[in-house]
Amino acid sequence: MMENGFSSPRTEAFPAGLRVLVVDDDPTWLKILEKMLKKCSYEVTTCGLARDALLKLRERKDGYDIVISDVNMPDMDGFKLLEHVGLEMDLPVIMMSVDGETSRVMKGVQHGACDYLLKPIRMKELRNIWQHVLRKRLHEVRDIESLEGIESIQMSSINGSDQSEDAYLFCGDDLSSMRKRKDDKDLGDTSSNKKARVVWSVDLHQKFVRAVNQIGYDKVGPKKILDLMNVPWLTRENVASHLQKYRLYLSRLQKESDQKPSVGGVKHSSDSACSNSAVSFNIQSSANLKQNDVSSANYEFSGNTVNVEGSRSHRDRKGTVSLALAEPQRTLTVDVPPTRMPKGSRIDFSHPSRSSKLDGKFSALDSSFSTPFPWGDHTAEIQLKQEQKPLHLDHGFRQQPALPRHHQQPIKLNCLSSAAAVSSRAIGIPEKVEPLHGELWNNVKHIQAGEIVSSSSAIQTMNHTTTSQHQVVDEIPATTSSTAKNQCLDLGCIPNFESMQRGPNLGLLPYPVLDEDLQLFLIQGGSSLGLQNMGFPEYLDPGLVYEDQINLFDATRFDRENNLYDPTECQLIDQGLFIS
Amino acid sequence: MDRNQSHRQVATMKQSLFDQGYLDHEQFNQLEELQDDANPNFVEEVVTLYYRDSARLVHSIEQALEKSPIDFNKLDSYMHQFRGSSSSIGAKKVKAECSLFREYCRAGNGEGCMRTFQQVKKEYAALRKKLETFFQLARQAGPVDRARRPK
Repeated sequence: MMENGFSSPRTEAFPAGLRVLVVDDDPTWLKILEKMLKKCSYEVTTCGLARDALLKLRERKDGYDIVISDVNMPDMDGFKLLEHVGLEMDLPVIMMSVDGETSRVMKGVQHGACDYLLKPIRMKELRNIWQHVLRKRLHEVRDIESLEGIESIQMSSINGSDQSEDAYLFCGDDLSSMRKRKDDKDLGDTSSNKKARVVWSVDLHQKFVRAVNQIGYDKVGPKKILDLMNVPWLTRENVASHLQKYRLYLSRLQKESDQKPSVGGVKHSSDSACSNSAVSFNIQSSANLKQNDVSSANYEFSGNTVNVEGSRSHRDRKGTVSLALAEPQRTLTVDVPPTRMPKGSRIDFSHPSRSSKLDGKFSALDSSFSTPFPWGDHTAEIQLKQEQKPLHLDHGFRQQPALPRHHQQPIKLNCLSSAAAVSSRAIGIPEKVEPLHGELWNNVKHIQAGEIVSSSSAIQTMNHTTTSQHQVVDEIPATTSSTAKNQCLDLGCIPNFESMQRGPNLGLLPYPVLDEDLQLFLIQGGSSLGLQNMGFPEYLDPGLVYEDQINLFDATRFDRENNLYDPTECQLIDQGLFIS
Repeated sequence: MDRNQSHRQVATMKQSLFDQGYLDHEQFNQLEELQDDANPNFVEEVVTLYYRDSARLVHSIEQALEKSPIDFNKLDSYMHQFRGSSSSIGAKKVKAECSLFREYCRAGNGEGCMRTFQQVKKEYAALRKKLETFFQLARQAGPVDRARRPK
């Protein structure tokens, strides 16, 4: 029977025989769920404690396909279990609770749950859980293919805009075409193409963490980690995706330790801050995710729910910021029409103090930035960028397909973290970013770009997909705060643009470059984006400047070659832009 | 009484439990659907398990209510569990009282909590009795859909 990418062969036809691990401290529910799942022809294992569940999962790596867990458990918070499973085993996790409060559900989704069921649970709900397993598999495969596709596109884009356009088209249609291809393919096909799912055992994870610490969190990147870990069968993609999760996890920890009242994550920002910015964070990731239209720049994060609704509208406007240029679909970047960013939209997201907050927040974003980079530390940011690349790619791609999914966790792309305004990359600022964002947002608001929020993923995608052009664009739109972002980008970019214009920048600049930039932006923009009232008034540059820059940007935007963002330049800009 | 009559009695009683709001028909029916050859007394087993397990929760809540000052967070947590458990068998009235209890809890109203908890226990006990009768009837009537002859 087809394996569908499952590591262990099944004898029955999928979804029968799906190996489910149920975790619930209530014995009555455990008994009922076990029976219900058996009725669905699934293979059920029950656990009354979260720790037992983790033990079982670690013992039989790859022994389960999906985990269903209650939210309230005595020994461990269901959300923590969720994170562990995501980090170590990368399995889809469904949360359950008798409490259906929106905030709880949101928390679940943000922590990476692929679904949240309310008790009492119905049979029909359980019958469908296999879709999460399948979807995850398909997305993984798709991500890999996307990555490859994007890289090839980038290569070709160097040669000319035509090609890039094609690339964009490709990218744009990528998701849908890929999906289609996948659907058409037999599941068996998919599994054959699919790389084996990596099970992150405790040992492997330890190796990973050691490698990360050795390299230095700031400088970390999938390739470096991979080299250090010295695990022959592990691929860069594996590491990249794991790194993403890890960053998310760390940022969450950070957030907790910071104990900053999260602004409701995106919510806040949307409420307060983005008045003008189109960014309306909708935390409903699922709703938004459905949209595959990345170009709309509204990156709707499934997990983080940063939906930049506003950006959509803005998107059309200008296009400058929006990554839409590049890949319509991919660029989630926020469309922040340059015009929007008025006055010095330089959103200085990098508030040193805030940065830490944002970091925590970013966890949702996943974009590597979220972690503890002090926003004021531009250097770190820049470094980040380098690493980011691989991740972004992953994220970008992941994001894409993920969009339709609701659970996505993290839109990793979103660099939310305070990042500075600059990078519009900071996409999706998940709630974590909130605290910081709040302040940033204020400023941002003024600046208004609003749309930016689209999600870092957009940015990422942008980077990946299009070559130079996108890169630039990415920066801008990516972040949640479109305005903030754009502004930052522009400001930052302008110097680059000019320099870029001088000569083809690397149009193709290897991804890494772009990513870095993005990252930088992300970091920078991360914070700003979202949030609502970020107080950056002082940072905002006169709108004129921005506008000019934006124009420049636009011009250069399309000129891929010129768009490459020169990190060093950025650095300069950063200094100027960010208020430390 | 003949089989059909027995079955009808069971059905009638079940219906009255639904009508009177003791049980949530959707959940209870679902439990019955899970009953099969492999678990012919599934529903009864589940209910028994529920009463056994929730007994300790009831006890914990009582203890928490006797403390002074009352730890409302803990109370709320216990009640949340109890409510979740009660939803498993579709104990409608019990669940409703639990929700009311949680409101008082959140308001920090110890007096209200105690009063409501008496109600919770009352409904809890009443339901138990009804279900005991119900299962007795059901056992007497024998398996419903399966035309298996007892060996």
